[in-house]
Amino acid sequence: MSDGEPSGATPRARGLTCVEAVLARTSGRGNADAPLPGEIVEVMPDFAFSHDNTAAIAAIWRELGQERVAIAERLAVTFDHAVPAPTPRHALNHAEARRFAQEQGIRHLFEVGRGICHQVLGEEALVLPGQLVLGADSHTPHFGWMGAMGVGIGRTEMAAVWALGSIWLRVPESIEIRFDGEPSPWVDAKDLALWVLGLLGAEGGSYRSVELRGTAVARLSLAERATLANMMAELGAKCAFVEPDDAVFEYLAERLARRTGCGHDEAAAMARAGAVFPDPDASYAERHALDVSALEPQVACPHAVDRTVSVTTLHDVRVDQAFLGTCTNGRLEDLEAARRVVRGRRVAKGTRFVVIPASSEVLEAGVASGAVADLLAAGAVLGTPGCGPCMGNHQGVLAPGEVCVSSGNRNYRGRMGTKEAEIYLASPAVVAASAIAGRIAHPAEVCAGDTP
Amino acid sequence: MTVEAARAHRVIAGRVFRYGDAVSTDALFPGRYTYTHTTFAEIAPHALEDLDADFARTVRPGDVLVGGHGFGCGSSREQAVTCLVALGVGAVIARSIARIYFRNAVNAGLPAIACPAAVDALAAGDRVAIDLDEAWIDTPHGRFGFPPLAPNVRTLLRCGGLVPYVRERLRGSVA
Repeated sequence: MSDGEPSGATPRARGLTCVEAVLARTSGRGNADAPLPGEIVEVMPDFAFSHDNTAAIAAIWRELGQERVAIAERLAVTFDHAVPAPTPRHALNHAEARRFAQEQGIRHLFEVGRGICHQVLGEEALVLPGQLVLGADSHTPHFGWMGAMGVGIGRTEMAAVWALGSIWLRVPESIEIRFDGEPSPWVDAKDLALWVLGLLGAEGGSYRSVELRGTAVARLSLAERATLANMMAELGAKCAFVEPDDAVFEYLAERLARRTGCGHDEAAAMARAGAVFPDPDASYAERHALDVSALEPQVACPHAVDRTVSVTTLHDVRVDQAFLGTCTNGRLEDLEAARRVVRGRRVAKGTRFVVIPASSEVLEAGVASGAVADLLAAGAVLGTPGCGPCMGNHQGVLAPGEVCVSSGNRNYRGRMGTKEAEIYLASPAVVAASAIAGRIAHPAEVCAGDTP
Repeated sequence: MTVEAARAHRVIAGRVFRYGDAVSTDALFPGRYTYTHTTFAEIAPHALEDLDADFARTVRPGDVLVGGHGFGCGSSREQAVTCLVALGVGAVIARSIARIYFRNAVNAGLPAIACPAAVDALAAGDRVAIDLDEAWIDTPHGRFGFPPLAPNVRTLLRCGGLVPYVRERLRGSVA
């Protein structure tokens, strides 16, 4: 599957960052002649995907006058942004995409309810470490959790990729963000991401590749690595990288073997084959080193992702809706984090708690573990796996004057359906605690007296 | 100079609509319309709906949007660009432009220019003229230069965007 060169197989004129190594391969230039930051290169993506925007992309692609898409084997389509279709117009949009996928022989089509593109492609091991994946979705830096280069692009650009099998990219400068230290029990990857957004600002990673490392990153679950890489989209980053380790390779190998029917050893070798790691003398535009030991849970206040404060500074912020889900924080680990807070408690009167798993696999695992039952017992309502109300397109949108605390990724004015609503972004534990308290709350406060 | 003549001369001319920092894609084109509104006629009336309810009614072909940092931050939704194209907006000038927004703009043939000095100087209603090839912006407050766009970006803009470019490339008439 991967045609990646093993690390160090060819001589290098200089040290390469992760993104430089990926672009050296995908541009055909190779490590010895790796393109420099600032150069514009034409590259061949390993994989590309779209979602509810597929029919619109297909309409643009038809304008190009081609009969067959150039890279049908390396495309996926997921229905996730408005699922199940809430209106006949949305249903028609899905129907057109299905028709197109069938006509063009796009095998990797994931139906309504399977889940959010970023989550599903990981679960299906359709993307592997070191690969270049293009997504018609801004949160594609998500794939940094496995050490893949995920780049978000628009509809027209995706239509061109379908036609040409290639895209131009500017080789980005890289920045390194290290997280070290032992975080307090209620601090997770979302807090690290929101903290960095507050420190560096929403343009802190603009046009750059963000390499995330340090002892506090190496300890993160794969789900939390996904949260962290996913949120680098909000930092303006082109892509993000967390160095893949055995946990990543094993996760992907198991799924690759299941999907393709190949043996485990072969799958494990494929999962590792293209992985990239930075050279010791790689060059970074910036390096940041952060100690997470004293960090409190973070909250991004309306209407900017970088308007970040410690949850302890917010008092009496009424919550009409708490929302747990999205590509950022809709995985099993997120459901479990919320469950730890709400188990044996009830959602506050006057507050709604909307839970939407990121995929069918997450939902099934949450049912099996009992997390879903505990969330429902506490008064949560459950939505179909997908993006939900995150971008104002599906159930769970807000009324004017309402306040939502969301585990999602954006709180721009109007994001969740009306410009007169306020959105606070936080971790799953803070979202759950706020659902119980009816106001934005520290989970430690809600769980005071619990036996650990 | 008429807008048509200005286009032929690769000069853009119009009035300034001025906004602040972080004009997000949600502000430019609300997500609630993303999967149902696709044609120019459908998307144009919703441009900047949640930021400036008068914009779509009052903007004229050639007019220029001016913003602060991070213009177009957020989603990859292309209507945040094409709703402006549908209304004939001539260009976007900002202190900085979000990555995907910049690409979407170029791909739709909409020049997106980072020029902090011009942003400092410009006020709502000012008349501006922009020459992309010579990389300057004329304003009532003087002329401001900006770093020339990369050659491939200028090629895309000259072709009228990515669709005409790819069409020509598939025919073998451009590299």
